[in-house]
Amino acid sequence: MTIEPLAHSPTVEPLVIADHTFTSRLITGTGGAPNLEVLQQALLASGTELTTVAMRRVDPTSTGSILEVIEATGVKLLPNTAGCFSAKEAVLTAKLARDAFETNWVKLEVIGDEETLLPDVAETLDAAEELVGEGFVVMAYTNDDPITAKHLADVGCAAVMPLGSPIGSGAGINNPYNLRIIRDMIDCPMVLDAGVGTASDATLAMELGCDAVLLASAVTRAQNPVAMATAMRHAVTAGYLARMAGRIPVRNYAQPSSSFDGLAEL
Amino acid sequence: MITLTVNGEPKEVQPTTSLKDIVSLITPASRGVAVAVNAAVIPKSTWETTQLAAGDEIEILTAAPGG
Repeated sequence: MTIEPLAHSPTVEPLVIADHTFTSRLITGTGGAPNLEVLQQALLASGTELTTVAMRRVDPTSTGSILEVIEATGVKLLPNTAGCFSAKEAVLTAKLARDAFETNWVKLEVIGDEETLLPDVAETLDAAEELVGEGFVVMAYTNDDPITAKHLADVGCAAVMPLGSPIGSGAGINNPYNLRIIRDMIDCPMVLDAGVGTASDATLAMELGCDAVLLASAVTRAQNPVAMATAMRHAVTAGYLARMAGRIPVRNYAQPSSSFDGLAEL
Repeated sequence: MITLTVNGEPKEVQPTTSLKDIVSLITPASRGVAVAVNAAVIPKSTWETTQLAAGDEIEILTAAPGG
């Protein structure tokens, strides 16, 4: 007799941000790829449904359009405010992106320092409040500080996105404790943004309670971006399912899985 | 002629030049392009009627790969 698997095997629930439902819980950035062809294949392999672009001066000499590359994949565009050092610059950049791409979504990113690229949380909070007031769907990049995350959620951000470690560092999640606290403190979607180096980092983020993972360099700067994109797709799914499954508690001593009852006396 | 700054470079144009004319000097596209004049967004719908003054600083932006 053949045993059939459960009719309803566990699956990843859709992710809802503002009024949009995503099947994938992997959000990608588009910076750092060797060329647009590799980027396009990596986007497809990752299964992502939301990807970031930056706003930069038009380069009349450039060939190929990042917009066309993304549009051909059907992935939703998430303009960012990368490179902004003040709330004023970030708000203006978000408004420019809204006019350019006809989207009110923005990944808010206000950095305080070129060396660390760490967020300026005071400026981020000011910008978030203003942009939410102007009707933007704000996904805010922030430090892994629970109180700041709470403030960003309170002003109406659609998602709060703490870093795991500095942008592009690939150093993984430096403070899992704080991410757990943030998970407990905010109700809106929490996205790990920055620091992912390899698949296990993305899995850990999901196990810690993140609703999604946003990464760029880990894929685009990998030796094989398409293979890493595939790995990340599975990693996020694995972490989500593991969290939903409910892990066993961590113990100091062993607990046998084979019973001692009925053990032969040899 | 008046001198404007377009994406950081000085540019001499006729005083009657509209913002739409300036944009078309830089890029044939208007989709995916946004413009700020003196750090204020100028919506696409008003590019044609926006007149410029000497010294105006114009930023013409589009999407670029990024985090």
